[in-house]
Amino acid sequence: LIANRGEIAARVIRTCKRLGIETVLAASEVDLDSLPARLADRALCIGPGRASDSYLRVDTIVQAALGVEADAIHPGYGFLSERTALARLCEEEGVIFVGPTAAQIDAVGDKLRARAEAEAAGVPIAPGGPVETVGEALALGREIGPPLLIKAVGGGGGRGMKRVDRLEDLTEAMNLAAGEADAAFGDSRVYLERFVARGRHVEVQILGDGRGGVIHLGERDCSVQRRYQKLIEETPAPALSRDFRARIHAAAVRFAAQLFYRSAGTVEFLVDLERDAFYFLEMNARIQVEHPITEAVTGMDLVAEQIAIGDGRGLRWKQEEIKTEGCAIECRINAEDPVRDFCPSPGRVRTAVWPSGEGVRVDTHVFSGARIPPFYDSLMAKIIVHASDRPATLEGMRQALASTHIEGVSTNLRFHAEVLADPEFRRGGVDTGFLPRFFERRLEEARAHG
Amino acid sequence: MDGVKLNLQRRPAAPTEPAAVPVSTPETSPASQARPVESAPRKIQPPSEPGLTEVASPLLGIFYRAPKPGEPPFVEVGSQVSEHTVVGIIEVMKLMNSVHAGVKGQVVEILAANGTLVEYGEVLLRVRPEA
Repeated sequence: LIANRGEIAARVIRTCKRLGIETVLAASEVDLDSLPARLADRALCIGPGRASDSYLRVDTIVQAALGVEADAIHPGYGFLSERTALARLCEEEGVIFVGPTAAQIDAVGDKLRARAEAEAAGVPIAPGGPVETVGEALALGREIGPPLLIKAVGGGGGRGMKRVDRLEDLTEAMNLAAGEADAAFGDSRVYLERFVARGRHVEVQILGDGRGGVIHLGERDCSVQRRYQKLIEETPAPALSRDFRARIHAAAVRFAAQLFYRSAGTVEFLVDLERDAFYFLEMNARIQVEHPITEAVTGMDLVAEQIAIGDGRGLRWKQEEIKTEGCAIECRINAEDPVRDFCPSPGRVRTAVWPSGEGVRVDTHVFSGARIPPFYDSLMAKIIVHASDRPATLEGMRQALASTHIEGVSTNLRFHAEVLADPEFRRGGVDTGFLPRFFERRLEEARAHG
Repeated sequence: MDGVKLNLQRRPAAPTEPAAVPVSTPETSPASQARPVESAPRKIQPPSEPGLTEVASPLLGIFYRAPKPGEPPFVEVGSQVSEHTVVGIIEVMKLMNSVHAGVKGQVVEILAANGTLVEYGEVLLRVRPEA
């Protein structure tokens, strides 16, 4: 049973088909006509469009799985993929949850616990720690020194996160962050970390067998972000030394092994360019949106590995058997309007022509005539290009974007083309401040052209 | 029928008994027209007469026609129901949810079989509404 929608549901179904596994899609009413609903052997209507009445209902999802006698539930990403409640109910009902154990989701969901686990595994963490009172925060803040970052224990995505440049602002920022965190995650606890001025977001894909065996499949650079939303990802991460890469891979493996992690997961790091160091950020206990670039360079099917692990077959590859080849980039094509501050643009897609050709992969649920409902995220497709080296991959992506045609909804296609053409991006190894700078430059150019 | 339909057809509960033979001329007031099936068309047994009101499942779950195994069903074909009449139960992970008829009239067809999985919006039964 696939408890998700959109491109990831279609992608999971494709692997299942290849493996001869029967698929049932748990779909909301507005998705009964979607591509994954057409691809699945059967689609079950689990509720109305609003996610809180359908895709986020743990009981309904498990009831659906039991009702059709499904052996396993694949949660995809988002929705219930990292909710302990679904993993736990699956464990109680004897349905395989294609993912980590409920206890592991709990361990990485609590950012402070994850930090403690990282420390125990000898994985570098940014200087900082939990702060319960303003007094504690001030003491720790003085010790680390500004700039500081206040983060929510209960979650991520930028909510409950505040940057503090001067210690005198700490009290106010901490109260704000705690309030935001409480509203977003029902948990007002916050912690303090050193703010890294020039950092890159580098993450390592791992696979764990749940018995302490862990392998890594290399890293991905996801530094091109807008408000903590990744837009372009690539592998290998540009401009990292062989030694640095080896250290970050080893750290990710140590962290996952410490948890006896089961299934596919990603360990995220912040690479501090000024100190030539990296710090543990968090672990994502699910398949990630950007997993196809790892598949492109390794030739592996991560969903197939997730299923094999879920089926108790453990790791089918040894670390030394994992070879990466070339470079891969992914652009997330969203139904949103970059001109109007990336406002979502749902509606009916009149025409959808996706690129094809050697080294080009498109993971999508959008076809000509498809509807993009307003209830969910705006991801239409992921265009993945794989070539021998970075310049060839960039050129391949340029062509792939140029041969994509979408009518009926606004997309960020042109925005992607502009980023790819940007000299700073072309040089490689941009930090997370790149996109804000890019927007600033564009604004200035627009002003200059008056 | 057009488009792609992937929802499996649910067999009717029991062979449609000829008990409720429509004698009167079917009502034709627009209000009593069967609600159009929402976004995606489902393959369901066509109504035996026009003007019937469909009682759809409010949840995905296991449908039970009786309060407990061995007890008589809440309703049978021919039963008179009103808006608040319980016509069945939907179980979602051991939580029992009553399904109300939502309409006053006579049960003409029962489509969902006892103890089977029904989807959200699936037609459980059809009622000939009273004017």
